[in-house]
Amino acid sequence: MDETRALTPKRCLMIAGLLAVGGVAPVLLPAYQLQLTELLLFMVFALCWDLVGGQMGYNSFGNVLFVGLGMYAAAVVQVGLFYDVGLYNEARGGGTDFVFNESQFLTGLALGIPAAALVSALAAWLLGSLVLTMRGHYFAICTLGLGIAAGQIAAGIPWLGAGSGMLTPNPPDSLGHVSLLLYYLALGLAVLCTLTFAWLLSTRFGLTLNAIRDDEDKAEAMGIKTHAAKVTAWVVAAGFLGAAGALYGNMVRFIDPIQTAFAGATIGVWMILMALLGGKGTLAGPIVGAIVFQLTKELFWTYLLGWQRVALGLLIILVAVFFPSGLVGFVRDRKRAEGKP
Amino acid sequence: MVSNLLILHEAPALGLQLVIDGLLIGAVFALAAYGMALVWGVANIINVAQGEFVMLGGLVAVYAAEQGAPVLLAVPLAALCLYVLGWILYYTIIVHLVGRDMFNSVLATFGIAIVLQQLMAHVFGSADRIAASGLGSWFLFDGLVAIDKTKVLVFAACIVLGVTLSVFLLRSRQGQAIRAVAQKPEAASVLGIDTKRVYGLTYAVNAAICGAAGALAATAYTIHPYGGLSYTIRSFMIVVVAGLGNLGGVIWAALSLGVAESFAGFIFGAQYQIAFVFTLLVAVLVFRNWRLKRQRRYLA
Amino acid sequence: MTSLLEQQALTLLLEAVGVTKAFGGVVANNGVSLAVPEGSIVGLIGPNGSGKTTLFNAITGAIPIDAGAIRFKGKDVSRLLAGDIARAGIIRTYQQPRIYGGLTTRDNVIVSTAVRTTSFASLFGRARHHAEDKVEELLDFVDLTGKAGILAGELSFGQQKLLELAMALANEPDLLLLDEPTAGINPTLINDLIDRLKVANNALGVTLLIIEHNMPVIMGLAEHIYCLAHGRLLAEGPPDAIQNDARVLDAYLGAA
Repeated sequence: MDETRALTPKRCLMIAGLLAVGGVAPVLLPAYQLQLTELLLFMVFALCWDLVGGQMGYNSFGNVLFVGLGMYAAAVVQVGLFYDVGLYNEARGGGTDFVFNESQFLTGLALGIPAAALVSALAAWLLGSLVLTMRGHYFAICTLGLGIAAGQIAAGIPWLGAGSGMLTPNPPDSLGHVSLLLYYLALGLAVLCTLTFAWLLSTRFGLTLNAIRDDEDKAEAMGIKTHAAKVTAWVVAAGFLGAAGALYGNMVRFIDPIQTAFAGATIGVWMILMALLGGKGTLAGPIVGAIVFQLTKELFWTYLLGWQRVALGLLIILVAVFFPSGLVGFVRDRKRAEGKP
Repeated sequence: MVSNLLILHEAPALGLQLVIDGLLIGAVFALAAYGMALVWGVANIINVAQGEFVMLGGLVAVYAAEQGAPVLLAVPLAALCLYVLGWILYYTIIVHLVGRDMFNSVLATFGIAIVLQQLMAHVFGSADRIAASGLGSWFLFDGLVAIDKTKVLVFAACIVLGVTLSVFLLRSRQGQAIRAVAQKPEAASVLGIDTKRVYGLTYAVNAAICGAAGALAATAYTIHPYGGLSYTIRSFMIVVVAGLGNLGGVIWAALSLGVAESFAGFIFGAQYQIAFVFTLLVAVLVFRNWRLKRQRRYLA
Repeated sequence: MTSLLEQQALTLLLEAVGVTKAFGGVVANNGVSLAVPEGSIVGLIGPNGSGKTTLFNAITGAIPIDAGAIRFKGKDVSRLLAGDIARAGIIRTYQQPRIYGGLTTRDNVIVSTAVRTTSFASLFGRARHHAEDKVEELLDFVDLTGKAGILAGELSFGQQKLLELAMALANEPDLLLLDEPTAGINPTLINDLIDRLKVANNALGVTLLIIEHNMPVIMGLAEHIYCLAHGRLLAEGPPDAIQNDARVLDAYLGAA
């Protein structure tokens, strides 16, 4: 099998190294804990987009739908276990009426995250039969429509806080550094996601996804159950996106339906950009892309405020025009040109 | 929502108002969609910055109007500015994307859109703008139905522009070159047509169309630097429904969309108008795909 | 049916009865009937535009037919979708070889092994070790072992055609439809290809229905030949009969 998929000793060492770095990073750079957590979640976003987009060829512009669903699902569970969600949102979630003690907060988190994954996965499964029968840019635009419509609809549901959004539960002071907890949860999720995808891509299922990308009709004509494969990939990606969304919501605390949850114009597009920047269709690509993107974004937003979108737009254009196979892809292509016959 | 439906039932004149308003804005949608279909059909590129071109056209027209220029001059001015911009964008960016995977063009034009958005906000400020001409309205049914004269002029102008464009494509040498390249680029190139220039011309013409549409729209509707996305989505939706190369379909679909949005805005409330548009988009695509599936083809 | 089949009373793997398909005003297939006995090699010839590929598309479910029936193993498959027909046992190759360009040669074969008969869940086994022997055997069969690690998209035209054949065989079809297998192949390699097809038929038990323009090839390979012209069945019979059939010669020479 293609060597790039194998878990060579060199690879294992790299992964172990990254894990070590990841493990100590928040302790070494406490000021950047939030950004690091965001980075890890971005990695998950990018990996998930790439599974369906880069590996399978179904470029979705609406994955943010599952992120948002996860965000809200988790928040609802976290709050709903102990209080009435509607009342909580009416009171804007703050104040002394809605307090969460340690065990409440932790239980909420422990149940909220899986719930988020489940809700997103279920939604993906239900939508999959409709949406995955479309191809190419029709699929892209349809998913874009879903993502944006979801945001607008959420903004109109008072029970969820409508346009004013929803606050995730206030972590009790006695718990200490919740941001650190979130970081390690995000790290765990990122690692789980990477390992799961690495495994998936090493199976015939992974090859099937690529076959669908390269020539779906041929795959169908060869008897491959393309619909089942597509839905599976879509559901798996959605599950991880939902879980990541849950963590993201708890990280930013305030969930705005359009700016945060179903943020099509930001997270929605960024995850695509990250995967493309790093190299779509590879496992390392989305991860590398997320790192480079996060660094660049932080730089732009800090030093080029007011022009940050212009800079980002230019970056997108640059990537699309000059690095269509991304950084990892670029390196791979060079190696391939020099190396094997 | 139900109460709004009841109001419609009791005051049918209101329904007529919504239909008219919908039709009038629909013409602007049709123009923008026509341009998108052009670039798509000829160069196989989806211009995600379509809405931004429209907004820019509108802002240029508003600026010109504020400097005292008559509306009649503002529209061609906007079209010209966008035409030039179209060529610049083509030769710097788009030219690299022709012939490549269409997704690259989606991403790149999205990048262009983001850049334009913030640039426009810097240059023109991010407030809503309008170049109202204050022509007033005609009134029907004892004032229950108001037909804004400016909007009617916009409608007429869109038709004129659309017809001019069609004639240009059918009769002029460049128009024929464009159509040749759309059908068989290799053959056209062998026959001596510079396909690169044709793609550039198509993109620039599209930009000009959007500029004109935006300028016209600015006379009756508000323009906003970040208001482009909905125009892009509408254009795409219309082209998908109508099919490439089907001008009649584009007009029909665009007008229907205008009317549908008009009713949705009223029945569901303005904040749901966008949700409605996108939900409609999803429904249309699913339906279209289902139809094609019966013929064992796919929307692709 | 012809006397060949009456005499031998063989099982008919595939039967097309009065297949008609029109595209707009053009009737590509007009009441075409043919039968493919199990284990045989049947040829389908005819000048360009006579409807051969359309018939293939109809059999494999890529297009719906307007009238007639297509029976496979006795069951009507004319209403089935392409995927179901493939899973029933009909696999085809194309005039322009269709392979998965982004995967390596070996991966192309791996992803095609017995897909149609194994469960979806079994896809989640490790790919590297899946049916290793079978995969290597097939790669060797088409002489692509040396190119196994290369991206299939970078293979030459002839190599891609061979890969496509290997992929088809990996899928263990009952009936293999080959659309002009020798077209574009280096003439010195054609005999090798013919031998491979014979092995596939004899040793592996795959029934073959072959569209061919190369007359010596098809006359030497097929047991029974159908000739189409202008969408209709013009003549059928064993190779010697067809070769000397005036109508067939007319169709090719006078094709206009």
